[in-house]
Amino acid sequence: MRQHARARRGWVTSIPLAIAIAASGCGSGEAGSAAAVSGLTGAGATFPNPIYTRWFDEYYRATGLQINYQSIGSGGGIRQFTEGTVDFGATDEPMQDEEMAAVGGNVLHIPTVIGAVVLTYNLPSLGETPLTLDGQTIADMFLGRVTRWNDRRISALNPGVGLPDAEVVLVYRSDGSGTSFIFTDYLSKVSPDWKNEVGAGKSLQWPAGIGAKGNEGVTQQVKQLEGSIGYVELIYALSNRLAYAAVRNKSGEAVVPSLASASAAAAGVDWAADTDFRVSITDASGPGAYPIASFTWLLIKQDNPDPAKGAAIKQFLEWMVSPAAQNIASELGYAPLPVPVVDLVSQRIAGLQAAGSAIGG
Amino acid sequence: MAESLTGEALVSPPRSLVRASYGDRIFKGLLTLAALAIPLLLGFLFIELVSGSRLAIARFGFGFITRSTWNPVTEEFGAFPLIVGTLLSSFLALLMAVPLSLGVAIYLTEFAPMLVRKPAAFLIELLAAIPSVVYGLWGIFVLIPILRQTVFPFLQSLLGFLPFFQGTIYGPSMLSASIILAIMVMPYIMSVSREVLLAVPSSQREAALALGATRWEAVTSAIVPYARSGIIGAIILGLGRALGETMAVTMLIGNRHAISASLFAPSYTMAAAIANEFAEAVADIHLSALAYVALVLFGVTVLVNAGARVLIWRVTKRGVPGGHL
Repeated sequence: MRQHARARRGWVTSIPLAIAIAASGCGSGEAGSAAAVSGLTGAGATFPNPIYTRWFDEYYRATGLQINYQSIGSGGGIRQFTEGTVDFGATDEPMQDEEMAAVGGNVLHIPTVIGAVVLTYNLPSLGETPLTLDGQTIADMFLGRVTRWNDRRISALNPGVGLPDAEVVLVYRSDGSGTSFIFTDYLSKVSPDWKNEVGAGKSLQWPAGIGAKGNEGVTQQVKQLEGSIGYVELIYALSNRLAYAAVRNKSGEAVVPSLASASAAAAGVDWAADTDFRVSITDASGPGAYPIASFTWLLIKQDNPDPAKGAAIKQFLEWMVSPAAQNIASELGYAPLPVPVVDLVSQRIAGLQAAGSAIGG
Repeated sequence: MAESLTGEALVSPPRSLVRASYGDRIFKGLLTLAALAIPLLLGFLFIELVSGSRLAIARFGFGFITRSTWNPVTEEFGAFPLIVGTLLSSFLALLMAVPLSLGVAIYLTEFAPMLVRKPAAFLIELLAAIPSVVYGLWGIFVLIPILRQTVFPFLQSLLGFLPFFQGTIYGPSMLSASIILAIMVMPYIMSVSREVLLAVPSSQREAALALGATRWEAVTSAIVPYARSGIIGAIILGLGRALGETMAVTMLIGNRHAISASLFAPSYTMAAAIANEFAEAVADIHLSALAYVALVLFGVTVLVNAGARVLIWRVTKRGVPGGHL
């Protein structure tokens, strides 16, 4: 905590420096305009809203730049970014190629933090023994093919655990959500049947189960109904002390979901040097990597027609990938970006442009 | 009125009257504007819904109403289960709420001790002021556990031979949502019915009693028929509320795009689906399909209300007194 505070102070003092550098590189004509930005607006994903709000608040205190963020949902974030009504968007699901074409390809996905989805269940007979599942079994459960808890596919993964002869009641998110997207993106990778019959998305045609609204709705439903299983965000499960399952990743290792194992999933990605960061990190295989995890992104104009705003956004992003800002993320229960990803993102931020030329600094 | 007055005053109307007529004209103009605002608003709403759903109308046509698939991933949309869910949940809610609220209204106007009438009516009207999300939370935490553990198993053991009461009991279901809807529309129906019953002239009541009718006969033969059209109006108000209710329903209905004979099975309504999926709908066709659902909901509401109006006209045409309201 002490160390963290010191790190933050370090960054606070370096920000005026960054502004000075940026201004000096812009030439005399634009030097004033970088400082002229009174505020930035953004809109999008609800899942990272707590950390974004906190970041923007910290950044405002450090620099005086006000960033107004509205958590209207990823769909709205992409729409408003495309229409140009906000300075940046935010989304849990990367933009499709045709969506990127709608903005002339002038968009860069910047990963900010990592979210993970955990399977929470209600099996009182298990006591404290954690359940272990693998992707194929989870997919079969949500396809409605594994209908009883003592199914041999579940018991094979949990030797010695007394599984009850009870119906598996599935609980899914009825509201469109990034959580559903991450979960079904994972299932689509591990199960061809899931991919063909259901697919990946924020709202889906679920083959079985009941729909509950929001993390809290799913949690409540699972808590009330014995034999039920649902999926919620990691943060939500941690703060509500829910029982959640370990999941076998691609290398066969049973991984308990945590901030560290979610970060490990991102660390294992084999990044291309020119990646646009629209990478799914579900079904990761690295050591200790939890397989149901995903980045959440900010949508930034690669070439911002407004040099002052371009510079302001760039400075914020530089701060955001700093250890100080990323530490705040883990404080709030979001998995921070692993070092290799931070390095890649920093390179990409350095290459941002405004009005056709590089942003100074 | 103002024109006819000035017209009658012929050559030189008194100044005060002229001024009054100007005032009247301005007043009339303002009121006309206010009255026009409502059809205008409706018109804009309709235009916006049609333009928003253009894409979906072009792709799915009227088949949208009869198709049952709702798959945002493959972008196939049909609203049939939503329409059925909306109509059925509202119908079931009225089935429970109407007898109950009418009973309460009649009791409070005809039978209850004077001391109880006002406080009881006030308490029931208070129910209408509770936000629907609070009803939803109460439904999740209190109502559903009771229904799942006690009421539903009892219903199943009693009426399990009917297809409506078969299948697994999860808790969130068509019946749970209908029950919360019934609780929510009750205060509206009760409150308006009570006002209508209070407006029945006491001569009506006294005449029936004087002819030797019992209290029961007075209520069924003289008072309720007199207030019939007003009571139907109260029911329409409740129905409108039930059709459009979103939050409490989505928290209790189980949100499943499916039609099931069992009332214990999860279902879905139009309003709930729009609220659930609108914020995170990315694809244009998905958004458009949701706007189309809103258009259908708009249409269903208009149709149901128009139907109810026709019902009132027919009732009043039969020569039942008190046909106003």
